Amino acid sequence: MNISYRWLRALAPELRDSPQEVADRLTMYGAPVDEIVRLGEGLGDILIARVESVRRHPNADRLTLCEVSAGGEVVRVVCGAPNVRAGAWYPYVPAGGVLPNGVRIQQTRIRGEESNGMLCSEAELGLGRDQGGILELHGTFEPGERFVEALALDDHRFVVDVTPNRPDLLSHVGIARELAHGGVAGVTLPPFPAGAQARRASRRRGGAPAFAIAAADTIGEVDGVSVRIDDADLCPRYMAAVIRGVQVALSPEWLAGRLRAVGARPINNVVDATNYVLSELGQPLHAFDLDRLAGPAIVVRRARAGEGLTTLDGQARKLEPDMLAICDAERPVAVAGVMGGSESEVSSTTTNVLIECALFDPKSVRRTRKALDLSTDASYRFERGVDPTGLPMALRRVVHLIVTVAGGKTTAAATDVCPRPASPVVIDLRPQRVAQVLGIECNASSVRAQLKPLGFQVKPGRRGFLRVTVPGWRSYDVTREVDLIEEVARRYGYDRFPADLRPYRPGTVSDDPSFQREEELRSELVACGLLEARTAALVPGRAGLVPLANPLSAEEGHLRDALLPGLLRRIEHNFGRGLRDVRLFEIGTIFRPGAAGGQPVEATHLAIVLTGLRAPAHWSGPGETIDLWDVRALLEQVLAPAHFYGAELHPWAGDHVYFDRDLALSVQVSGHVIGEGGRVRREAVDAPPWAGPVWGSELTLPDPPPPPRIVKFEPLPAFPAVERDLALVTPDAVAAVRVERAIRAAGGEFLDHVAIFDVYRGPGIPERTRSLAFRLRFRAPDRTLRDEDADRATGAIVSHLREELGVEPRAR
Amino acid sequence: MIESLLKGLAVLEREALDAVATAGDADTLEQVRILYLGRKDGKVSAILRALAELDPEIRPRVGSEANRVRDVIRDALERRTTELTALAGRPREGPDDLTLPGRARWVGGLHPVTRVIDEICRIFASLGFTRARGPEAETEWYNFVALNTPLDHPAADMQATLYLSGNILLRSHTSPVQVRVMERHQPPIRILAPGMVYRRDAPDASHLPAFSQIEGLAVDGGVTFVDLKAVLGEFAHRFFGPETRVRFRPSFFPFTEPSAEVDVSCIICGGSGCAACKGTGWMEIMGAGMVDPAVFEAVGYDPQRYTGYAFGMGPHRIALLKYGIPDIRLFHENDVRFLEQFR
Ligand SMILES: [Zn+2]
Repeated sequence: MNISYRWLRALAPELRDSPQEVADRLTMYGAPVDEIVRLGEGLGDILIARVESVRRHPNADRLTLCEVSAGGEVVRVVCGAPNVRAGAWYPYVPAGGVLPNGVRIQQTRIRGEESNGMLCSEAELGLGRDQGGILELHGTFEPGERFVEALALDDHRFVVDVTPNRPDLLSHVGIARELAHGGVAGVTLPPFPAGAQARRASRRRGGAPAFAIAAADTIGEVDGVSVRIDDADLCPRYMAAVIRGVQVALSPEWLAGRLRAVGARPINNVVDATNYVLSELGQPLHAFDLDRLAGPAIVVRRARAGEGLTTLDGQARKLEPDMLAICDAERPVAVAGVMGGSESEVSSTTTNVLIECALFDPKSVRRTRKALDLSTDASYRFERGVDPTGLPMALRRVVHLIVTVAGGKTTAAATDVCPRPASPVVIDLRPQRVAQVLGIECNASSVRAQLKPLGFQVKPGRRGFLRVTVPGWRSYDVTREVDLIEEVARRYGYDRFPADLRPYRPGTVSDDPSFQREEELRSELVACGLLEARTAALVPGRAGLVPLANPLSAEEGHLRDALLPGLLRRIEHNFGRGLRDVRLFEIGTIFRPGAAGGQPVEATHLAIVLTGLRAPAHWSGPGETIDLWDVRALLEQVLAPAHFYGAELHPWAGDHVYFDRDLALSVQVSGHVIGEGGRVRREAVDAPPWAGPVWGSELTLPDPPPPPRIVKFEPLPAFPAVERDLALVTPDAVAAVRVERAIRAAGGEFLDHVAIFDVYRGPGIPERTRSLAFRLRFRAPDRTLRDEDADRATGAIVSHLREELGVEPRAR
Repeated sequence: MIESLLKGLAVLEREALDAVATAGDADTLEQVRILYLGRKDGKVSAILRALAELDPEIRPRVGSEANRVRDVIRDALERRTTELTALAGRPREGPDDLTLPGRARWVGGLHPVTRVIDEICRIFASLGFTRARGPEAETEWYNFVALNTPLDHPAADMQATLYLSGNILLRSHTSPVQVRVMERHQPPIRILAPGMVYRRDAPDASHLPAFSQIEGLAVDGGVTFVDLKAVLGEFAHRFFGPETRVRFRPSFFPFTEPSAEVDVSCIICGGSGCAACKGTGWMEIMGAGMVDPAVFEAVGYDPQRYTGYAFGMGPHRIALLKYGIPDIRLFHENDVRFLEQFR
């Protein structure tokens, strides 16, 4: 919302705050000012000049020689604008003066003719985009008057961030009510600077134009135009006035200037008048060319199937039966609360206008503008809520303004068709409830002091309650007691509340154990030298992924069902920057399609990617690259029962999407695969030739996490152990893990520890077998074990292995 | 003057001791002695001789320091001479150069956003808040309706929502967790809900379509706006430092009333105004407010009996401020040189 500082001060003459103070106060009232734009800067050298005469340049068809009067002697200016004419007023830079863009204008000769200065266009002055011609000024001026002062251009524009609950702040009066000393009482609508026409008109009539309003229920009439509301739910009130004999022309400078100050483009005096009152009071208005309305009549009804119209923006729009239309006797002439139609638009030939000042249902306007994808200043206000009691004032104001700037007169009373009169919102406020929510004491007089300046009426009610009547402009956001409490707090000032920590009762919700689990996993992986990554959950499409209905781009059109692809892209990013040692992990949410019409199924995954050296390069040797055993060790570490329910690693059988066949592992919990890991297939990563192999793994974290592990002390061994080494010639078909299990099964009560310390293939070992060397440790809890005990146990192991697996000890 | 003299002496001392320690034989050691303590041109001797020309004001301090340095170097020379004599003729037992770098291990690290989330959670844990979780794909009911945000009201447009299908969407804030927690538990409630949220925002230096948020909620009989200010002020002081100034200003969220925006004095300029705070001296760090009675009604709490406050903040954004990172997209690039900076 754009607000002009000058405009504000015109409405609240007592307001003495500087622009910065205005911005600070608005911010602390809940309407932060995003920007203060200084207007009229760099225009100090611009004067107002009258062109006394215009004639053709003798040596150029497109140029004219203008005699220009700007205070001193009449000077000659060579001008290229097609619209220059004698007797008109224009902004003018004398020779030696500077334009806002810093360009200094010199006395010069153009095609042999002397030129002293320049007549300026809107664009050259930084006031607008129009560079089609020089800016003709409408009004009464003195030659040589300073442009900035004559047009009151030195102003500040506040860009105010108005929250959706405060439609009342979408106008200058609304902002002025917040800021004025004494609030509402400090805001008055100033008279319009009258032009010659209006001065004549008011001399005739003495004061403001005669203006009466006739109330009606659902059918009204104004100056021969019937006005009917067919759908009171969507249009609770419709006021209309007719002005005959207007002269549509450009607006006087003070009016055009006001609109420019808030960033609006002046169009013509009638349309500008409606936009002025919209910005001043927040009431959207529309002017129809009365002679283009069939009937003449206004019918407010839902559109009929097949109806449509061309809106002011030139677009042909198809209307649906749930959309409210403003129609004449035959067809729609406006989309209610959104935009008027181009056929009944006010144009230069218009002489009679009908002014609409209406109230539309916010939800209906919102639905319609969404369906038409057409948001306007009017729809923006209607869908947030327009003051239902402010219509008569707005209509009077706009009629007065049009008569002032465009002439014409009203000969009949305006009509106020109001099938659903708004009843004021009255709320009981309990001072003790204010204390219960805000934590500060308050009483009737302090509440009244906060609320009254904002237009609330506060009267004593029953049982110490306060009966508060809400002003019409706040009837959308203040409907409950708590809304009043916020108002009290807001105006009291949040910064005046104390901030003392007080005792509290502990909550009934225990800490979700999954957070603790993730913290532990993260710190373990960090301790292993991995960096935590965070990748995007929105990914390009692929069969089986959950799609988004309204993605921003195809690249972010689906939800990931795995973390690994995202991490591989991160590996590529690092490879792309010449980084070859990359070790990343991520813990994040993945999504899979859920039941039809329901939410997707979510799970928390952990993924790891590793490439490069096992340890930073060191001068003592060439360094070793990461291999399968590093990945396996990481998995064994994170798969500890603290995080997983007894997971096991198994060689992956068959082909895999991400991992090389024969270099892939699956992670299983009681036969159920919960993850996998291995060497990432070359085709799955876009790697430069110097890059080493990439290893990866992805696991689903169990939900809920395993219960906390109970650690129990075990007595330390009191007696020494006996060790035996056992080299076993093992057929390739027999996995090491099976041999180890068989050893444990046959080892007897004293077998304390089993570890593989060597794997050997080569001379001395038959084809398709390898030697697995185990170190066995035997120990008794209550005595020193003898060699015979260990030998006996080892013998039992050997014969068990021979029978069960066909594994023989290696001959010495 | 005096500072530069003393600094020069300190540099000289360091230099000389290094030269003594690395001298491998008696000849080298003798050259070191001459360089620093030689009667004619020794660097320290020269300083001692020049003392007489110094301002009498500073002469005593410089003099005593120069004497100390001379003594230290002389002792070191003596010790090294003894060592060299003892070592003479014996082969070295270790590597010949102990100044070579050691064998390092990879050092891992947490993502900066995780660090910020963890720190926020730790501070609130000490104020009695436990952590809760909710789904990232939500229903309109939890994301909007139960939070007093009718879909036909412009407040529903405050965040651009990403939809999956029908009434299923990616949550646009972590506030739905409030509703889910209150549906399952009775007051007192004191929870924190960290998690990812999604918006239909094109990525740029300050926007990502997916980013983290932390929601907080406290509900009990007697909880007031004063408690909200106290707890959030305490958090701001612990997180940003005790000198930080905190400002609460009115705002609007459909599910809190009164609502507030919480600002802290700019951590870059301290409040005098800079580019990071757009010259205002303040940085917006969270939204907060008293839980709207309509939310209590939606979850079946009695709004006359219970009051509460809620707040929400963005760890991605706070991490940008805290570490002075210029572009939020760096968080998702995961360049290892970036990640290695935060450990
Ligand atoms: Zn700053």
